[in-house]
Amino acid sequence: MTLPDGGRIASLVSEHEVLICCGSGGVGKTTIAAVLALEAARQGRRTCVITIDPAKRLADALGLETLSDAPSEIPRYRWDDDHSAKPDGDLAAMMLDTKSTFDRLVTGNATTSEQAQRILENRFYRNVSGALGGTQEYMAMEKLHELHDGGQFDLIVIDTPPTRHALDFLDAPRRLLRLLDNRIFRMLMMPTRAYLRVASVAVQTFLRTVARVVGSEAIDDVVAFFRAFEGMEAGFRDRAVAVEALLAAPETGFVLVTSPRRDAMEEAQFFARQLDRNGQSIDALIVNRVHPQFGDEAPSGLRAAAAELARAVDDPAAHRLAERYRNLADFREIAELERAHVQGVQARVGATTVAYVPYLSRDVYDFSALREIGSLLFEPADSRA
Amino acid sequence: MEVAHFCSTSHVVIVAGKGGVGKTTVTAALAVTAARAGSSVLIVEVEGKSGLPTMFDTPALSYDELDLDPGVRARFLTPDAALVDYLETHGMRRISKRLIASGALDVVATAVPGMKDILVLGKVKSLDESRAADLIIVDAPAAGHAISFLLSPRGLLDAVRVGPINKQAADVVALLSDPARCQVMLVTLPEETPVSEVIETAYAIEDRAGVALGPVIVNQCFEPLPAGVTASVEDLMNDAEACGRFVSEREAHDLVHAIEFRSERHAVQHEQIERLGERLPLPQIELPFLFTPDIGRPQVDALAGALACGIEAL
Repeated sequence: MTLPDGGRIASLVSEHEVLICCGSGGVGKTTIAAVLALEAARQGRRTCVITIDPAKRLADALGLETLSDAPSEIPRYRWDDDHSAKPDGDLAAMMLDTKSTFDRLVTGNATTSEQAQRILENRFYRNVSGALGGTQEYMAMEKLHELHDGGQFDLIVIDTPPTRHALDFLDAPRRLLRLLDNRIFRMLMMPTRAYLRVASVAVQTFLRTVARVVGSEAIDDVVAFFRAFEGMEAGFRDRAVAVEALLAAPETGFVLVTSPRRDAMEEAQFFARQLDRNGQSIDALIVNRVHPQFGDEAPSGLRAAAAELARAVDDPAAHRLAERYRNLADFREIAELERAHVQGVQARVGATTVAYVPYLSRDVYDFSALREIGSLLFEPADSRA
Repeated sequence: MEVAHFCSTSHVVIVAGKGGVGKTTVTAALAVTAARAGSSVLIVEVEGKSGLPTMFDTPALSYDELDLDPGVRARFLTPDAALVDYLETHGMRRISKRLIASGALDVVATAVPGMKDILVLGKVKSLDESRAADLIIVDAPAAGHAISFLLSPRGLLDAVRVGPINKQAADVVALLSDPARCQVMLVTLPEETPVSEVIETAYAIEDRAGVALGPVIVNQCFEPLPAGVTASVEDLMNDAEACGRFVSEREAHDLVHAIEFRSERHAVQHEQIERLGERLPLPQIELPFLFTPDIGRPQVDALAGALACGIEAL
């Protein structure tokens, strides 16, 4: 198996300004995002990691007790207790608060504070901002853009939310625009404009039918929301375009995290295709939780040895030995199958860099474990024992 | 408990858990188990790309039912298609196309949170009412979303107080809160984070959504090693000598390392299974770790066998 190329992986965190960690659920995206951020900070970069839904213990390790609207710095002694990192790096983390990020966006774009207030109090808006319909993804990208623009950080690493469709976040800026551009609802804002009154009669009829299904209150809220939004679309549109541009910029890197299981690998390929369609490519593929190799013997030979030993009658020592051979055969087999998957996928996703993180025998939730994974990823293979 | 009895406890079983724990694998294993016990099974997939066709070596799933295996059918259920179905059966065929084509469904669904979930669950309810199968297994969305998926009908009852959506929500709540009709089967892995999450999810589902919980499936458990099979080179060499087999130093090293790895993982798993048992008073069924990254037909069969044993031991 190709061993991780420490040199190229190192440039991943030293050359980019934004790293987006994507992958299907349960493969360890959040952990890898934290590992990459820690490594960048150790290399002397001012780094921020934005997480969406960290496991509790990892959140605790990163000092993330609550959702927030701004990153908070992690005291250096917590992530560099042995003073081995370069001195000028910083590490900050935040757990995205979708609603307050959206509120800020509305307040910032509203022409008057009354307009902002009308929107913030609207029930439809509150549903939209409460992590529905891709809002979480969009706000993650929005926050990313804001922090990148602010210039406070050299690198921002962002973990992407688990979504129905893995790449929803890429589409998020456009999705909000589509919502704002929706013909029917745009016409809702028109009754004040006489020349469109005719069109709005048909719209009203349509809405009355919809109201029969979902109740008129909901429709009233939507109408009120779109009216309140009038005049703000341009600001939102500019912003969405800017966020899209940042996602496509060369300083933005995509890190695809996967596990060596077939289903995860299939999703990784699906991902790569989607990214490609968006004109983006994967800068690094990180295969997490790869089983160790345990030598190079063929599983079949080991199984034959186990079977032969197991045939011994009344010989507990032979049976124990058989058990050991069977166990090694099992692990050798999964290791080989995983490596076969990895080899295939490497070519198919077209990632420039591929790195492997071995299955650790413990869970990862503190800085020492993040460091351990970081050193497996970033130290060139030949410098390790 | 007899497998046939277990499979007829509820008509609808919703399989839920965090991403990557093997929900779809457990769904497939449960379906095969139930079919072997004589039930007809319909699997309903609600999101993303299904792993079922790869497991059963069949074409991709669609909104129409597909035969996966003798006694096991499967289909997709998307909110859009469920909405068209709903409107057509409620005499609103004309607006259904427009709702979807204009993108208004997205706006309406945002205006009424839980709307998409209620469409999907409403369709599951009507499948149940028409007795589409003896057992309907729903492969639920990933954990966080599973909670909102199951909570949405109650939320909608408050949000939309009149009209057909209100009735639909009331019917779905009635289905979800009747243990004879519906239960949730949670899936987890014997690891820190998935165990913590499943505990949280279990309480949220039972307390807030009022849905009955079946046994928790703990997937990918290492079986314990027999006594005396230790991670010690000395023990290994003694055994080799006792039975007169030559084991090279290098091979001994690999054999011992593999035992060491397995014992460590087993210890971590054991600790987490204990913690799960203490914190969550639900019966557990352990499914074995299969030494392969591929779940295909033989693996589903093996897990179905283990699941049947687990059910019988309940």
